Amino acid sequence: MPAQESYPDDLKYHPEHDWARLDGEEAVLGITWFAQDALGELVHFEAPDAGATVTKDEPYGEVESVKAVSDVVSPLSGEVLEVNQKAVDEPETVNEDPYGEGWLVRIRMSQPNEVDALMDAAAYRAHVAAEQ
Amino acid sequence: MEATLKRTPLYARHVALGARMVPFAGWEMPVQYEGVIPEHKAVRAECGAFDVSHMGQLHVDGPTAQSFLQEMLSNDVDRVRDGEAQYTLLTNEQGGIVDDLIVYRFAHGQFLLVVNASNRSAVYEWLKEREPRGTEVRDASDEYALVAVQGPRSLERLGLPEAPAFTHAMGELDGVEVLICRTGYTGEKGVELCCGEDDGPALWDAVLARGAVPCGLGARDTLRLEVCYPLHGNDITPETDAISAGLRWACELEKDFTGVEVLREIAASGPRLRLVPFVMEEKAIPRQGMPVEGGGEVTSGTHSPMLDRGIGMAYVPAERAAPDTELVVDVRGKPRRARVVKKPIYRKES
Repeated sequence: MPAQESYPDDLKYHPEHDWARLDGEEAVLGITWFAQDALGELVHFEAPDAGATVTKDEPYGEVESVKAVSDVVSPLSGEVLEVNQKAVDEPETVNEDPYGEGWLVRIRMSQPNEVDALMDAAAYRAHVAAEQ
Repeated sequence: MEATLKRTPLYARHVALGARMVPFAGWEMPVQYEGVIPEHKAVRAECGAFDVSHMGQLHVDGPTAQSFLQEMLSNDVDRVRDGEAQYTLLTNEQGGIVDDLIVYRFAHGQFLLVVNASNRSAVYEWLKEREPRGTEVRDASDEYALVAVQGPRSLERLGLPEAPAFTHAMGELDGVEVLICRTGYTGEKGVELCCGEDDGPALWDAVLARGAVPCGLGARDTLRLEVCYPLHGNDITPETDAISAGLRWACELEKDFTGVEVLREIAASGPRLRLVPFVMEEKAIPRQGMPVEGGGEVTSGTHSPMLDRGIGMAYVPAERAAPDTELVVDVRGKPRRARVVKKPIYRKES
Protein backbone atom coordinates (compact mmCIF):
# COMPACT_ATOMS: atom_id res chain seq x y z
CA MET A 1 0.00 0.00 0.00
CA PRO A 2 1.30 3.49 -0.82
CA ALA A 3 2.13 5.64 2.16
CA GLN A 4 0.07 8.66 3.23
CA GLU A 5 1.51 12.09 2.51
CA SER A 6 3.87 13.20 5.29
CA TYR A 7 7.07 15.20 5.83
CA PRO A 8 8.56 14.28 9.20
CA ASP A 9 9.86 17.10 11.37
CA ASP A 10 13.12 15.34 12.25
CA LEU A 11 14.42 15.37 8.64
CA LYS A 12 16.23 17.94 6.49
CA TYR A 13 15.00 18.48 2.93
CA HIS A 14 16.47 19.36 -0.46
CA PRO A 15 14.34 21.22 -3.04
CA GLU A 16 14.75 18.32 -5.52
CA HIS A 17 12.56 16.27 -3.13
CA ASP A 18 15.24 14.40 -1.23
CA TRP A 19 15.58 14.06 2.52
CA ALA A 20 18.45 13.53 4.96
CA ARG A 21 18.32 12.09 8.49
CA LEU A 22 21.38 13.28 10.40
CA ASP A 23 23.24 11.04 12.84
CA GLY A 24 26.55 12.55 14.02
CA GLU A 25 28.96 12.48 11.06
CA GLU A 26 26.63 10.27 9.10
CA ALA A 27 23.39 10.85 7.25
CA VAL A 28 20.75 8.55 5.77
CA LEU A 29 19.28 9.77 2.46
CA GLY A 30 16.05 9.06 0.62
CA ILE A 31 13.33 10.59 -1.54
CA THR A 32 10.26 12.32 -0.15
CA TRP A 33 6.64 11.25 -0.28
CA PHE A 34 6.09 13.92 -2.95
CA ALA A 35 8.84 12.46 -5.17
CA GLN A 36 7.62 8.86 -4.96
CA ASP A 37 4.02 9.94 -5.54
CA ALA A 38 4.98 11.93 -8.64
CA LEU A 39 6.84 8.92 -10.08
CA GLY A 40 4.30 6.24 -9.20
CA GLU A 41 5.18 2.66 -8.33
CA LEU A 42 8.96 2.32 -8.33
CA VAL A 43 10.36 -0.69 -10.17
CA HIS A 44 14.10 0.06 -10.18
CA PHE A 45 16.70 1.80 -8.01
CA GLU A 46 20.00 2.28 -9.83
CA ALA A 47 22.18 2.60 -6.73
CA PRO A 48 25.74 3.92 -6.35
CA ASP A 49 28.45 1.53 -5.12
CA ALA A 50 29.51 1.59 -1.50
CA GLY A 51 32.57 3.84 -1.32
CA ALA A 52 31.34 6.16 -4.06
CA THR A 53 31.53 9.89 -3.52
CA VAL A 54 28.32 11.88 -3.56
CA THR A 55 28.16 15.64 -4.02
CA LYS A 56 25.51 18.04 -2.79
CA ASP A 57 23.05 18.99 -5.57
CA GLU A 58 24.43 16.26 -7.89
CA PRO A 59 22.69 12.99 -8.86
CA TYR A 60 23.99 9.86 -7.12
CA GLY A 61 21.51 7.35 -8.51
CA GLU A 62 18.27 6.91 -10.42
CA VAL A 63 14.82 5.71 -9.51
CA GLU A 64 12.45 4.43 -12.17
CA SER A 65 8.75 3.79 -12.35
CA VAL A 66 7.07 1.93 -15.18
CA LYS A 67 6.75 5.19 -17.10
CA ALA A 68 9.60 7.44 -15.97
CA VAL A 69 13.19 7.78 -14.82
CA SER A 70 14.34 10.34 -12.28
CA ASP A 71 17.76 11.27 -10.93
CA VAL A 72 18.18 11.07 -7.19
CA VAL A 73 19.96 14.22 -6.10
CA SER A 74 22.16 14.20 -3.03
CA PRO A 75 21.25 16.79 -0.40
CA LEU A 76 24.76 16.51 1.10
CA SER A 77 28.33 15.66 0.10
CA GLY A 78 30.16 12.61 1.40
CA GLU A 79 31.06 8.96 0.91
CA VAL A 80 28.54 6.15 0.53
CA LEU A 81 28.89 3.74 3.46
CA GLU A 82 25.92 1.52 2.70
CA VAL A 83 23.21 1.05 0.07
CA ASN A 84 19.79 -0.13 1.18
CA GLN A 85 19.63 -3.53 -0.51
CA LYS A 86 15.91 -3.73 0.21
CA ALA A 87 15.33 -0.64 -1.93
CA VAL A 88 17.32 -2.33 -4.73
CA ASP A 89 15.58 -5.71 -4.45
CA GLU A 90 12.07 -4.41 -3.69
CA PRO A 91 11.87 -0.82 -4.95
CA GLU A 92 8.17 -0.65 -4.02
CA THR A 93 9.41 -0.37 -0.42
CA VAL A 94 10.23 3.26 -1.25
CA ASN A 95 6.55 3.89 -2.08
CA GLU A 96 5.34 2.06 0.99
CA ASP A 97 7.70 3.60 3.54
CA PRO A 98 9.75 6.45 2.00
CA TYR A 99 11.24 7.63 5.32
CA GLY A 100 11.72 4.23 6.98
CA GLU A 101 12.46 0.94 5.23
CA GLY A 102 12.60 2.77 1.90
CA TRP A 103 15.75 4.78 2.68
CA LEU A 104 18.31 4.69 -0.15
CA VAL A 105 21.89 5.21 1.09
CA ARG A 106 23.85 5.99 4.25
CA ILE A 107 26.78 8.39 3.86
CA ARG A 108 29.61 9.88 5.89
CA MET A 109 29.39 13.64 5.44
CA SER A 110 32.47 15.44 4.11
CA GLN A 111 31.00 18.95 4.52
CA PRO A 112 28.73 18.86 7.59
CA ASN A 113 28.09 22.62 7.34
CA GLU A 114 26.13 21.95 4.11
CA VAL A 115 23.27 20.96 6.40
CA ASP A 116 22.67 24.66 7.06
CA ALA A 117 21.52 25.13 3.43
CA LEU A 118 18.79 22.47 3.68
CA MET A 119 15.13 23.14 4.49
CA ASP A 120 13.31 22.09 7.60
CA ALA A 121 9.97 20.29 7.27
CA ALA A 122 7.89 23.49 7.41
CA ALA A 123 9.92 25.14 4.64
CA TYR A 124 9.76 21.98 2.52
CA ARG A 125 5.99 21.69 2.94
CA ALA A 126 5.69 25.25 1.65
CA HIS A 127 8.00 24.33 -1.26
CA VAL A 128 5.80 21.34 -2.14
CA ALA A 129 2.64 23.45 -1.93
CA ALA A 130 4.21 25.93 -4.36
CA GLU A 131 4.89 23.14 -6.89
CA GLN A 132 1.27 21.95 -6.95
CA MET B 1 -1.15 24.16 -24.15
CA GLU B 2 -3.58 22.53 -21.70
CA ALA B 3 -6.51 24.57 -22.96
CA THR B 4 -6.14 22.98 -26.39
CA LEU B 5 -6.23 19.37 -25.14
CA LYS B 6 -9.34 17.46 -26.10
CA ARG B 7 -11.41 15.49 -23.61
CA THR B 8 -13.31 12.25 -24.20
CA PRO B 9 -16.97 11.85 -23.14
CA LEU B 10 -15.61 10.00 -20.06
CA TYR B 11 -13.35 12.80 -18.81
CA ALA B 12 -15.50 13.61 -15.77
CA ARG B 13 -15.63 9.90 -14.85
CA HIS B 14 -11.82 9.69 -14.84
CA VAL B 15 -11.45 12.75 -12.66
CA ALA B 16 -14.10 11.44 -10.24
CA LEU B 17 -12.17 8.15 -10.00
CA GLY B 18 -9.00 10.03 -9.07
CA ALA B 19 -7.14 9.22 -12.28
CA ARG B 20 -3.85 10.89 -13.04
CA MET B 21 -4.54 12.77 -16.28
CA VAL B 22 -1.78 13.37 -18.84
CA PRO B 23 -1.56 14.80 -22.36
CA PHE B 24 -1.51 12.07 -25.03
CA ALA B 25 -1.77 12.69 -28.79
CA GLY B 26 -3.62 15.95 -28.17
CA TRP B 27 -5.98 14.45 -25.60
CA GLU B 28 -6.18 14.67 -21.84
CA MET B 29 -6.21 10.99 -20.92
CA PRO B 30 -5.96 8.87 -17.75
CA VAL B 31 -2.49 7.32 -17.46
CA GLN B 32 -3.41 5.45 -14.27
CA TYR B 33 -6.01 5.21 -11.52
CA GLU B 34 -4.75 2.97 -8.70
CA GLY B 35 -1.42 2.23 -10.37
CA VAL B 36 0.00 0.76 -13.57
CA ILE B 37 1.02 -2.55 -12.02
CA PRO B 38 -2.26 -3.47 -10.26
CA GLU B 39 -4.22 -2.39 -13.36
CA HIS B 40 -1.98 -4.50 -15.61
CA LYS B 41 -2.37 -7.53 -13.34
CA ALA B 42 -6.14 -7.06 -13.18
CA VAL B 43 -6.31 -7.40 -16.97
CA ARG B 44 -4.09 -10.49 -17.02
CA ALA B 45 -6.03 -12.15 -14.18
CA GLU B 46 -9.62 -10.91 -14.51
CA CYS B 47 -10.96 -7.92 -16.39
CA GLY B 48 -10.06 -4.26 -16.96
CA ALA B 49 -11.70 -1.35 -18.78
CA PHE B 50 -9.96 1.32 -20.84
CA ASP B 51 -11.32 4.56 -22.27
CA VAL B 52 -10.01 4.54 -25.84
CA SER B 53 -12.45 7.15 -27.14
CA HIS B 54 -9.49 9.21 -28.33
CA MET B 55 -8.98 6.74 -31.19
CA GLY B 56 -10.25 7.82 -34.58
CA GLN B 57 -13.21 6.33 -36.45
CA LEU B 58 -13.47 6.85 -40.17
CA HIS B 59 -16.41 5.62 -42.20
CA VAL B 60 -15.54 4.56 -45.73
CA ASP B 61 -18.70 3.96 -47.72
CA GLY B 62 -19.84 3.59 -51.28
CA PRO B 63 -19.89 1.19 -54.24
CA THR B 64 -16.13 1.66 -54.85
CA ALA B 65 -15.13 1.68 -51.15
CA GLN B 66 -13.86 -1.90 -51.15
CA SER B 67 -11.64 -1.56 -54.22
CA PHE B 68 -10.37 1.77 -52.87
CA LEU B 69 -9.43 0.22 -49.51
CA GLN B 70 -7.85 -2.71 -51.35
CA GLU B 71 -5.50 -0.21 -53.06
CA MET B 72 -4.78 1.77 -49.89
CA LEU B 73 -4.36 -0.97 -47.26
CA SER B 74 -1.74 -3.71 -47.05
CA ASN B 75 -3.95 -6.62 -46.01
CA ASP B 76 -6.51 -8.34 -48.25
CA VAL B 77 -9.79 -6.51 -47.63
CA ASP B 78 -11.57 -8.94 -49.99
CA ARG B 79 -11.17 -11.64 -47.34
CA VAL B 80 -13.17 -9.63 -44.77
CA ARG B 81 -16.82 -10.64 -44.69
CA ASP B 82 -19.78 -8.80 -43.15
CA GLY B 83 -19.36 -8.84 -39.37
CA GLU B 84 -15.62 -9.38 -39.55
CA ALA B 85 -12.59 -7.19 -38.86
CA GLN B 86 -8.96 -7.21 -39.97
CA TYR B 87 -5.67 -5.73 -38.78
CA THR B 88 -4.04 -3.84 -41.64
CA LEU B 89 -1.60 -1.06 -42.54
CA LEU B 90 -1.99 2.18 -44.44
CA THR B 91 1.26 2.41 -46.41
CA ASN B 92 3.07 5.20 -48.26
CA GLU B 93 4.95 5.05 -51.60
CA GLN B 94 8.18 4.09 -49.80
CA GLY B 95 6.48 1.14 -48.11
CA GLY B 96 6.45 3.06 -44.81
CA ILE B 97 3.57 2.81 -42.38
CA VAL B 98 1.26 5.85 -42.23
CA ASP B 99 -0.81 4.05 -39.60
CA ASP B 100 -1.80 0.61 -38.41
CA LEU B 101 -5.53 0.16 -38.01
CA ILE B 102 -8.45 -2.20 -37.89
CA VAL B 103 -10.96 -2.29 -40.73
CA TYR B 104 -14.51 -3.46 -39.90
CA ARG B 105 -16.91 -4.51 -42.63
CA PHE B 106 -20.64 -4.07 -41.99
CA ALA B 107 -22.00 -4.74 -45.46
CA HIS B 108 -20.97 -4.44 -49.07
CA GLY B 109 -19.55 -0.94 -49.50
CA GLN B 110 -19.78 -0.15 -45.80
CA PHE B 111 -16.57 -0.05 -43.74
CA LEU B 112 -15.30 1.49 -40.53
CA LEU B 113 -11.60 2.15 -39.88
CA VAL B 114 -10.43 2.52 -36.28
CA VAL B 115 -7.15 4.43 -36.37
CA ASN B 116 -4.61 5.70 -33.84
CA ALA B 117 -5.51 8.99 -32.15
CA SER B 118 -2.20 10.55 -33.15
CA ASN B 119 -2.78 9.68 -36.83
CA ARG B 120 -6.46 10.51 -37.12
CA SER B 121 -6.03 13.58 -39.32
CA ALA B 122 -3.10 12.11 -41.28
CA VAL B 123 -5.15 9.05 -42.21
CA TYR B 124 -8.25 11.08 -42.97
CA GLU B 125 -6.36 13.51 -45.21
CA TRP B 126 -4.45 10.68 -46.91
CA LEU B 127 -7.66 8.88 -47.82
CA LYS B 128 -9.66 12.02 -48.61
CA GLU B 129 -7.05 13.19 -51.14
CA ARG B 130 -7.21 9.85 -52.92
CA GLU B 131 -10.95 9.21 -52.54
CA PRO B 132 -12.33 8.02 -55.89
CA ARG B 133 -15.76 8.57 -57.36
CA GLY B 134 -18.21 6.28 -55.56
CA THR B 135 -16.44 6.38 -52.19
CA GLU B 136 -17.02 8.72 -49.30
CA VAL B 137 -14.54 8.97 -46.42
CA ARG B 138 -15.99 10.59 -43.32
CA ASP B 139 -14.29 11.31 -39.97
CA ALA B 140 -16.87 10.35 -37.34
CA SER B 141 -14.43 10.19 -34.41
CA ASP B 142 -16.24 12.82 -32.36
CA GLU B 143 -19.55 10.96 -32.58
CA TYR B 144 -18.43 7.89 -30.65
CA ALA B 145 -17.18 6.73 -27.28
CA LEU B 146 -15.00 3.61 -27.31
CA VAL B 147 -14.40 1.42 -24.25
CA ALA B 148 -12.09 -1.61 -24.33
CA VAL B 149 -12.92 -4.37 -21.84
CA GLN B 150 -10.08 -6.86 -21.70
CA GLY B 151 -9.10 -9.89 -19.66
CA PRO B 152 -9.81 -13.62 -19.36
CA ARG B 153 -13.11 -12.96 -17.56
CA SER B 154 -14.25 -9.99 -19.66
CA LEU B 155 -16.95 -11.73 -21.73
CA GLU B 156 -18.30 -13.53 -18.68
CA ARG B 157 -18.46 -10.28 -16.69
CA LEU B 158 -20.26 -8.52 -19.50
CA GLY B 159 -22.64 -11.42 -20.02
CA LEU B 160 -21.56 -11.74 -23.65
CA PRO B 161 -21.37 -15.01 -25.58
CA GLU B 162 -18.04 -16.31 -26.83
CA ALA B 163 -17.29 -15.16 -30.36
CA PRO B 164 -14.25 -15.56 -32.62
CA ALA B 165 -11.59 -12.84 -32.47
CA PHE B 166 -11.94 -10.16 -35.16
CA THR B 167 -15.70 -10.37 -35.41
CA HIS B 168 -18.24 -7.70 -34.50
CA ALA B 169 -21.99 -7.33 -34.01
CA MET B 170 -24.49 -4.78 -32.79
CA GLY B 171 -25.80 -5.52 -29.33
CA GLU B 172 -26.94 -4.03 -26.07
CA LEU B 173 -25.27 -3.79 -22.69
CA ASP B 174 -27.43 -2.79 -19.72
CA GLY B 175 -29.62 -0.61 -21.90
CA VAL B 176 -26.87 0.94 -24.02
CA GLU B 177 -26.79 0.16 -27.73
CA VAL B 178 -23.23 -0.83 -28.62
CA LEU B 179 -21.13 -2.18 -31.44
CA ILE B 180 -19.34 -5.13 -29.86
CA CYS B 181 -15.97 -5.87 -31.47
CA ARG B 182 -13.88 -8.88 -30.49
CA THR B 183 -10.65 -6.93 -30.74
CA GLY B 184 -8.12 -5.45 -28.36
CA TYR B 185 -4.56 -4.42 -27.61
CA THR B 186 -3.64 -6.47 -24.56
CA GLY B 187 -3.18 -10.05 -25.74
CA GLU B 188 -6.16 -11.11 -23.61
CA LYS B 189 -9.64 -12.15 -24.58
CA GLY B 190 -11.89 -9.11 -24.71
CA VAL B 191 -14.03 -6.65 -26.58
CA GLU B 192 -14.00 -3.06 -27.70
CA LEU B 193 -17.40 -1.44 -27.23
CA CYS B 194 -18.39 1.48 -29.41
CA CYS B 195 -21.43 3.63 -28.66
CA GLY B 196 -22.73 7.14 -29.29
CA GLU B 197 -20.74 9.76 -27.36
CA ASP B 198 -23.73 10.69 -25.19
CA ASP B 199 -24.08 7.08 -24.06
CA GLY B 200 -20.36 6.83 -23.17
CA PRO B 201 -20.70 7.54 -19.44
CA ALA B 202 -23.61 5.07 -19.08
CA LEU B 203 -21.61 2.39 -20.89
CA TRP B 204 -18.54 3.06 -18.71
CA ASP B 205 -20.63 2.90 -15.53
CA ALA B 206 -22.21 -0.38 -16.66
CA VAL B 207 -18.84 -1.94 -17.41
CA LEU B 208 -17.38 -0.91 -14.04
CA ALA B 209 -20.53 -2.06 -12.22
CA ARG B 210 -19.96 -5.47 -13.78
CA GLY B 211 -16.54 -5.63 -12.13
CA ALA B 212 -14.06 -4.32 -14.68
CA VAL B 213 -11.13 -2.48 -13.07
CA PRO B 214 -10.55 0.98 -14.61
CA CYS B 215 -7.19 0.98 -16.39
CA GLY B 216 -5.15 3.82 -17.85
CA LEU B 217 -2.85 4.26 -20.79
CA GLY B 218 0.11 3.19 -18.64
CA ALA B 219 -1.20 -0.36 -18.31
CA ARG B 220 -2.34 -0.33 -21.94
CA ASP B 221 1.28 0.23 -22.95
CA THR B 222 2.81 -2.43 -20.67
CA LEU B 223 0.14 -4.97 -21.70
CA ARG B 224 0.67 -4.45 -25.44
CA LEU B 225 4.45 -4.55 -25.13
CA GLU B 226 4.41 -7.85 -23.20
CA VAL B 227 2.64 -9.40 -26.21
CA CYS B 228 4.74 -7.48 -28.80
CA TYR B 229 1.95 -5.47 -30.41
CA PRO B 230 3.71 -2.57 -32.15
CA LEU B 231 2.89 1.03 -31.22
CA HIS B 232 2.72 3.44 -34.14
CA GLY B 233 5.10 6.34 -33.54
CA ASN B 234 7.48 4.07 -31.59
CA ASP B 235 7.95 0.70 -33.26
CA ILE B 236 6.43 1.48 -36.64
CA THR B 237 6.45 4.85 -38.42
CA PRO B 238 6.16 6.30 -41.95
CA GLU B 239 9.94 5.63 -42.18
CA THR B 240 9.79 1.95 -41.21
CA ASP B 241 8.41 -0.81 -43.40
CA ALA B 242 6.17 -3.73 -42.59
CA ILE B 243 8.70 -6.44 -43.49
CA SER B 244 11.40 -5.12 -41.14
CA ALA B 245 8.73 -4.65 -38.47
CA GLY B 246 7.68 -8.32 -38.67
CA LEU B 247 4.25 -7.40 -40.09
CA ARG B 248 4.51 -9.28 -43.36
CA TRP B 249 1.53 -11.37 -42.17
CA ALA B 250 -0.57 -8.20 -42.45
CA CYS B 251 0.52 -7.62 -46.08
CA GLU B 252 -0.91 -9.29 -49.18
CA LEU B 253 2.10 -8.85 -51.45
CA GLU B 254 0.29 -10.51 -54.38
CA LYS B 255 -2.10 -7.58 -54.74
CA ASP B 256 -1.41 -3.96 -55.69
CA PHE B 257 -1.37 -1.36 -52.95
CA THR B 258 0.67 1.76 -52.23
CA GLY B 259 4.37 0.92 -51.87
CA VAL B 260 3.96 -2.79 -52.58
CA GLU B 261 6.92 -2.87 -55.03
CA VAL B 262 9.24 -1.64 -52.27
CA LEU B 263 7.88 -4.21 -49.85
CA ARG B 264 8.27 -7.02 -52.39
CA GLU B 265 11.91 -6.05 -52.86
CA ILE B 266 12.60 -5.96 -49.12
CA ALA B 267 10.82 -9.29 -48.68
CA ALA B 268 12.89 -10.83 -51.50
CA SER B 269 16.29 -9.52 -50.44
CA GLY B 270 15.63 -9.67 -46.70
CA PRO B 271 15.48 -6.57 -44.49
CA ARG B 272 18.66 -4.94 -43.23
CA LEU B 273 17.15 -4.38 -39.78
CA ARG B 274 14.51 -6.37 -37.95
CA LEU B 275 12.25 -5.40 -35.08
CA VAL B 276 12.87 -7.92 -32.29
CA PRO B 277 11.47 -8.38 -28.80
CA PHE B 278 14.02 -8.70 -25.99
CA VAL B 279 14.23 -9.11 -22.23
CA MET B 280 16.89 -7.61 -20.00
CA GLU B 281 19.30 -10.06 -18.41
CA GLU B 282 20.45 -7.44 -15.92
CA LYS B 283 18.50 -5.10 -13.66
CA ALA B 284 17.73 -2.18 -15.97
CA ILE B 285 14.76 -0.77 -17.82
CA PRO B 286 15.20 -0.12 -21.54
CA ARG B 287 13.57 3.03 -22.93
CA GLN B 288 12.71 4.33 -26.39
CA GLY B 289 15.76 5.76 -28.18
CA MET B 290 18.47 3.85 -26.29
CA PRO B 291 21.20 2.60 -28.66
CA VAL B 292 21.90 -1.10 -29.06
CA GLU B 293 25.60 -1.96 -29.27
CA GLY B 294 26.64 -2.94 -32.80
CA GLY B 295 23.79 -0.96 -34.38
CA GLY B 296 20.12 -0.50 -33.78
CA GLU B 297 17.88 1.25 -31.32
CA VAL B 298 15.22 0.51 -28.74
CA THR B 299 11.80 1.61 -30.01
CA SER B 300 9.75 0.62 -26.96
CA GLY B 301 10.87 -0.31 -23.48
CA THR B 302 9.33 -0.73 -20.07
CA HIS B 303 9.21 -2.79 -16.92
CA SER B 304 7.15 -5.96 -17.40
CA PRO B 305 4.79 -6.39 -14.46
CA MET B 306 4.37 -10.12 -15.22
CA LEU B 307 8.07 -10.95 -15.66
CA ASP B 308 9.26 -8.30 -13.16
CA ARG B 309 12.12 -7.26 -15.45
CA GLY B 310 12.93 -4.83 -18.22
CA ILE B 311 11.53 -5.70 -21.66
CA GLY B 312 11.44 -3.98 -25.00
CA MET B 313 11.55 -4.04 -28.77
CA ALA B 314 14.44 -2.81 -30.90
CA TYR B 315 15.50 -2.66 -34.52
CA VAL B 316 18.76 -4.62 -34.80
CA PRO B 317 20.82 -5.79 -37.79
CA ALA B 318 19.07 -8.81 -39.33
CA GLU B 319 21.99 -11.15 -38.59
CA ARG B 320 21.51 -10.48 -34.86
CA ALA B 321 17.73 -10.86 -34.81
CA ALA B 322 17.46 -14.59 -34.01
CA PRO B 323 15.95 -15.60 -30.66
CA ASP B 324 18.61 -16.12 -27.94
CA THR B 325 21.01 -13.61 -29.50
CA GLU B 326 22.64 -11.52 -26.81
CA LEU B 327 22.25 -7.75 -27.13
CA VAL B 328 23.83 -4.94 -25.15
CA VAL B 329 21.63 -1.91 -24.53
CA ASP B 330 23.21 1.43 -23.67
CA VAL B 331 21.19 2.45 -20.59
CA ARG B 332 22.22 6.09 -20.12
CA GLY B 333 25.89 5.27 -20.67
CA LYS B 334 25.90 1.89 -18.90
CA PRO B 335 26.07 -1.29 -20.99
CA ARG B 336 23.32 -3.71 -19.91
CA ARG B 337 22.86 -7.24 -21.25
CA ALA B 338 19.63 -8.30 -22.93
CA ARG B 339 18.51 -11.31 -24.96
CA VAL B 340 16.35 -11.56 -28.07
CA VAL B 341 13.27 -13.70 -27.40
CA LYS B 342 10.46 -15.20 -29.45
CA LYS B 343 7.15 -13.36 -29.66
CA PRO B 344 5.31 -12.87 -27.42
CA ILE B 345 7.56 -11.76 -24.56
CA TYR B 346 4.91 -12.88 -22.05
CA ARG B 347 2.86 -15.98 -22.61
CA LYS B 348 0.27 -17.20 -20.15
CA GLU B 349 1.06 -20.59 -18.60
CA SER B 350 -1.62 -22.98 -19.74
